[in-house]
Amino acid sequence: MENIPLTWQLIKIALILVMFVTMAPFMVWWERRACAFIQDRVGPNRVGPLGLLQPVADAIKLLFKEEFFPAKANKFLYLLAPCLSLFVSLFVFAVIPLAAPIEIDGKILYPQIANINIGILYILAISSLGVYGIMIGGWSSNNKYSLLGGLRSSSQMISYELTMGLAVATMVLFNGTFDMQKIVEAQAGIHWGVLYQPVGFFLFLVAALAESNRVPFDLPEGETEIVGGYHTEYGGMKFGSYFFAEYLNIVTLSAVMVTLFFGGYYGLGWLNNYLNGGAILNALLQFVAFGIKVFLFLSFFIWVRWTYPRFRYDQVMRLGWKVLLPIAIGNLLVTALLIYWGVF
Amino acid sequence: MDWFVYGFAGFSIAAAIMVITRKNPIISALYLCLTLFSLAGLFVMLGAYFIAAVQVLVYAGAIMVLFVFVIMLLNLDPEKLDIKSFHPPKVLSVFSAFLLFGFLAFIFWNNKLTGITGVDTQALVDQNGGHLKVISAKLFTTFLLPFEITSILLLVAIVGAVIMAKRRV
Amino acid sequence: MDYSKVMLITSAAIFAIGFAGVLLRRNALIIFMSIELMLNAVNLALASISFSLNSLDGQVFVFFVMTVAAAEAAVGLGIIIAIYKNRKTIDLYDLRLLQG
Repeated sequence: MENIPLTWQLIKIALILVMFVTMAPFMVWWERRACAFIQDRVGPNRVGPLGLLQPVADAIKLLFKEEFFPAKANKFLYLLAPCLSLFVSLFVFAVIPLAAPIEIDGKILYPQIANINIGILYILAISSLGVYGIMIGGWSSNNKYSLLGGLRSSSQMISYELTMGLAVATMVLFNGTFDMQKIVEAQAGIHWGVLYQPVGFFLFLVAALAESNRVPFDLPEGETEIVGGYHTEYGGMKFGSYFFAEYLNIVTLSAVMVTLFFGGYYGLGWLNNYLNGGAILNALLQFVAFGIKVFLFLSFFIWVRWTYPRFRYDQVMRLGWKVLLPIAIGNLLVTALLIYWGVF
Repeated sequence: MDWFVYGFAGFSIAAAIMVITRKNPIISALYLCLTLFSLAGLFVMLGAYFIAAVQVLVYAGAIMVLFVFVIMLLNLDPEKLDIKSFHPPKVLSVFSAFLLFGFLAFIFWNNKLTGITGVDTQALVDQNGGHLKVISAKLFTTFLLPFEITSILLLVAIVGAVIMAKRRV
Repeated sequence: MDYSKVMLITSAAIFAIGFAGVLLRRNALIIFMSIELMLNAVNLALASISFSLNSLDGQVFVFFVMTVAAAEAAVGLGIIIAIYKNRKTIDLYDLRLLQG
């Protein structure tokens, strides 16, 4: 149990939050550089060295845009929707473990905002609230393209939540606990989750792409299809909030994938033995390992975005309900049988 | 710690009053989500973490999404939203609600629950590594029959909802 | 640490508020939401009594109540949609065809 004094907890929460929120501008920059590399061009390189201040330029541009409200739109709901999206995206990251528990003179410090024993259930619960921001934004804009985009996105998100939950359930069944720290500790050495549950990992990957409205599941906001979907009528910092929330969602889903299937923060332990460091260096190396793995997954998301065309809406629904859900249920059944027969 | 309980309780009562007094159904639905959240907070204060998470996952994340969907798709005219929102016998309804509250509060305040203890003490929960294992064990042994019947009930509800909302081709 | 009394009074209050909502409103959707409020009040009462009686059976029962509420919400909203398609209104005053 965590028993550090309140001020340390607040400092820890502030540090983790600042680090997490900085990931969104980083994603803005990295996405544009990586997609330029894939498309054989240079990308942003004017604003600061290597274009690193491009997100700052984007933020300043969005702040200075005109604030308008669509005619006959419900003003309160129109303003509430981006806030809801951002709220949910910020809340989900709270339970992801960044390093092993550190012991500092008898007090145990968990390097995450909160260590609850139903970690994965909390993530599923809060990410299922992500539908509200999009649905309310799409409806309150009083625009038929927004409404279509909002409906498509919400039905896509609730359909793929099932597959995500079942893929997570196989990992929970395998480890016997919902606690994220214990799931990472069970993957020490070479026992990474993906080696035991490859189908579960693949299902979770596809469901994560769909949940975050990324290509190839990007029809709700596809520019050439429905003008921009649920964020058609949003400009300026409101659009910035939606954008921010989407990138934070991607970072969180990558972090969850790394934690469940790719060994969490393990990976650089051999370096610690080589350098003969103490507990703090160990925690730092674990944090760096976690960061590298999340970065690789973010690059994978960007890579997929700029490689594949987008699915049509009926193809998305068919994939979610008729292909992925039966595979997920079958995977759960097979895992349960293997655990019952003592193979795992 | 006490102030969390009083805060969540007061917040849920205030949000519940807002649910029944708003003209716009979407605002009522959002206030109901807020009520469900504060109730989840109360569940956490009781140590029932699992049902707090299930409350947010199922109630606030699925059932209320369904409500908001239906309200949006019904697309009621704005004029129809507020003519005479309240049913005329207002005073009698409010009075009977107060009477019901007084009756229930009297029973709950003077309860005789002290001295009775069940078997699932905190020690048993800690021994089993968390309340989740104990609840799951109960769900699949003592409560197996309601579990299976609930799954059939959900199947019936799916079929019924699809048939009800289908277009008559 | 014994919050049971506060929680039970809160549960009674939310139940009474839901009850008032069912009696006071004319919009079928808001009445449905008030019914959900009543179900949630019952969930809270079950959970707090299970806490003070040291028995986890109450929490399992809450789980079942939530599942049944989900099924009932799905079917009930389907009925409301069907009524709206038929009569173009969900105001209870206009839906009194069977009243004697």
